[in-house]
Amino acid sequence: MKIKSFTGMAAVAGILAVAGMAVPAHAATLDDVKSAGVIKCGINTGLAGFAFTGDDGKWTGFDVAYCRAMAAAVLGDPDKVKYVNLTGANRFPALQSGEIDVLSRNTTWTFSRDVDLGFTFVGVNYYDGQGFIGRKSLGVKSAKELDGASVCIQTGTTTEKNLADFFRVNNISYEAVPIETNSEARTAYQAERCDVYTTDASGLAATKSTFEDAEKHMVFPEIVSKEPLGPLVRQGDDQWADIARWVLNALISAEELGVTQANVEELAKGSKNPEINRMLGSEGSYAKMLGLEKNWAVNAIKADGNYAEIFEKFVGPKTPLGLERGLNALYKDGGILYSPPFR
Amino acid sequence: MASTNSPAGPATGFNIWRLWTDERHRGILSQAIVVILVALALVWVADNTRTNLDNRGLDIGFDFLADPAGIGIGVSLIEYRSTDTWLRAMTVGLLNTVLVSALGIVAATAIGFAAGIMRLLPNWLIRTIIATWVEFTRNVPLLLQIIFWWTLLLSLPTVRETLRIGDSIFLNNSGITGPSPVFEPGASAVLIALAAGVAAAWAVLNWARKRQAATGERLPAGWIALGLIVLLPLAVYFASGEPISWDTPTANRFGRLRGGLTVTPELVALWFALSTYTGAFISEIVRAGILSVSKGQTEAAGSLGLKGWQTTRLIIMPQALRVIIPPLTSQFLNLTKNSSLALAVGFQDFVGIGSQAQNQTGQAIEIVFSWMVVYVSLSLLTSAFMNWYNARIALVER
Ligand SMILES: N[C@@H](CCC(=O)N[C@@H](CS)C(=O)NCC(=O)O)C(=O)O
Repeated sequence: MKIKSFTGMAAVAGILAVAGMAVPAHAATLDDVKSAGVIKCGINTGLAGFAFTGDDGKWTGFDVAYCRAMAAAVLGDPDKVKYVNLTGANRFPALQSGEIDVLSRNTTWTFSRDVDLGFTFVGVNYYDGQGFIGRKSLGVKSAKELDGASVCIQTGTTTEKNLADFFRVNNISYEAVPIETNSEARTAYQAERCDVYTTDASGLAATKSTFEDAEKHMVFPEIVSKEPLGPLVRQGDDQWADIARWVLNALISAEELGVTQANVEELAKGSKNPEINRMLGSEGSYAKMLGLEKNWAVNAIKADGNYAEIFEKFVGPKTPLGLERGLNALYKDGGILYSPPFR
Repeated sequence: MASTNSPAGPATGFNIWRLWTDERHRGILSQAIVVILVALALVWVADNTRTNLDNRGLDIGFDFLADPAGIGIGVSLIEYRSTDTWLRAMTVGLLNTVLVSALGIVAATAIGFAAGIMRLLPNWLIRTIIATWVEFTRNVPLLLQIIFWWTLLLSLPTVRETLRIGDSIFLNNSGITGPSPVFEPGASAVLIALAAGVAAAWAVLNWARKRQAATGERLPAGWIALGLIVLLPLAVYFASGEPISWDTPTANRFGRLRGGLTVTPELVALWFALSTYTGAFISEIVRAGILSVSKGQTEAAGSLGLKGWQTTRLIIMPQALRVIIPPLTSQFLNLTKNSSLALAVGFQDFVGIGSQAQNQTGQAIEIVFSWMVVYVSLSLLTSAFMNWYNARIALVER
């Protein structure tokens, strides 16, 4: 054996040893985010209303607004977000491996994701359900008449299993045309590669809003599943999960308490409502319990407004998506949106 | 008398230091150290993984393979329902990977050889066109090419405007559909006859070649072989009462063709993209291989009276192949690995279905592990075959 290859081997061994050392010990996500100065937020690869690039090239939308509120609450600046675009299939490995700190990508809260995949869902920001969109010219009025149809479906989603279940339960057959991203699914559907496209009803509205011939398509009445969508974090870091949960709750409570993007600074100085005061930090020390600055909720609400403002701005009736609040109205307005109290 | 003593150390007794000063011992020692370090590193990685999985409450194991997959699969070579297990779904994916890789390798080789040879033709126009195509194809990311072909195929007529070719072949942007054979009991006899026909044809061709070498007499062996392959199974088919029928596709209320056999645009797009992309690389290998054969060989062949094509086939190619085969093997491996881009257009290959499984079950480690095992095995099998072929065509020195 020659010395040269001995050094080579030693080098290999050295690299292995260093590689072993270099993996950091597990740290609290909040500390990581603070020291990085930016929060890594997983979002869609692009879905009108939920996550899209504005004219200035920056990401915005309903799901993005939550990332911004998080950054504002934790780092004091809604722009301190590093967006990571994820498909249905690679979003979970990204969160598990720490590539992102929080996932805000119309993800359905399910038993197996919560329990088996090792995530913590921090709440629901959109109560949704799976629907179908098809051309009116198909002459079909209900999804149950789709026997023999070709169905475009996004892989790696709850919707692909719901689809199989729906067709099996109704004893009808279909051809699956699985597609990885929403934009490719749209391409395939518009080219009539498939007769119908199925996904969350909100996603259908988003997709339909981008069609030039939107009036030629219809969303079928059936909603075949429950899809409570919400942000999630890795399991095992309770402090981080609490922050993520209460940022969401702050946005919802702000609507309930009448705190808006415009008046939040004013109200933060103190108001007659003690719950507002506790949330915005002029009473009590709730911020400290979370490990955040006093004005965390003020910043979060200032980013893109309260829940209602975000909803109206990106997906509400006045936007191309035209979604009604429906289930997503506050409990006192006939919906089921309900934040626990700041108490 | 042979001495085991190394000249580097004193010959008296055992001395720990000799493990280091003796070159041979030092070699063994250092290798042992590296092995131990690598083993420790692996143990550390395994332990770290274990701890992290435990921390996150994840468990590891292949039990999920027995759970129902619950996903739909578009293209499958074997029967598959959404109630089947993940094991079966992954098998479907594996077969799809093998299918598209095999199709791709055959087409890429044909394209590569054709383009490589054409690029050396004296005709300037052909040479330039091929050269431009090669440069273009090699330098555009494969993923874009796959999407390009897919989009192109989607612009074919829709189901409502399906083209009919002949009686029972249909073409639209959801694929090309034709009748598929249905094997009834007794059909195996026909298949056996087909296999026998092929074997007999091969034997005849071999025998005719030897005979020609020995006597110079030429037989119409090609025709005899063709006859054997076609007539033998045909005879058995009729004799056994026509046990193979055809399932012809019919259009349902959506105009979708059901029944028969459909080749989807996703598969075709992937196949085109893989075979042209790899074909472009292969053409360069072929060109280099041909250029490596000395010009004297062509001249010698010419002076023996061989024509251009005969020279290429009988003199140049056999020598060029020795240079071509090793890099060709690595192109085949590349193609197989690149086929995992299938998911981009929704063709469910082994990686695609694996990531669906990973997504639904969360068993990332197991699935990444099975990806590695499968791709390494496919690579080893391809290499083994190519090495065997390489050895067969290697220049035999006489
Ligand atoms: N809620 C479902 C489906 C979520 C999903 O992937 N929706 C699609 C269609 S609306 C989407 O967001 N696509 C955007 C993209 O591909 O980035 C889930 O969590 O599995």
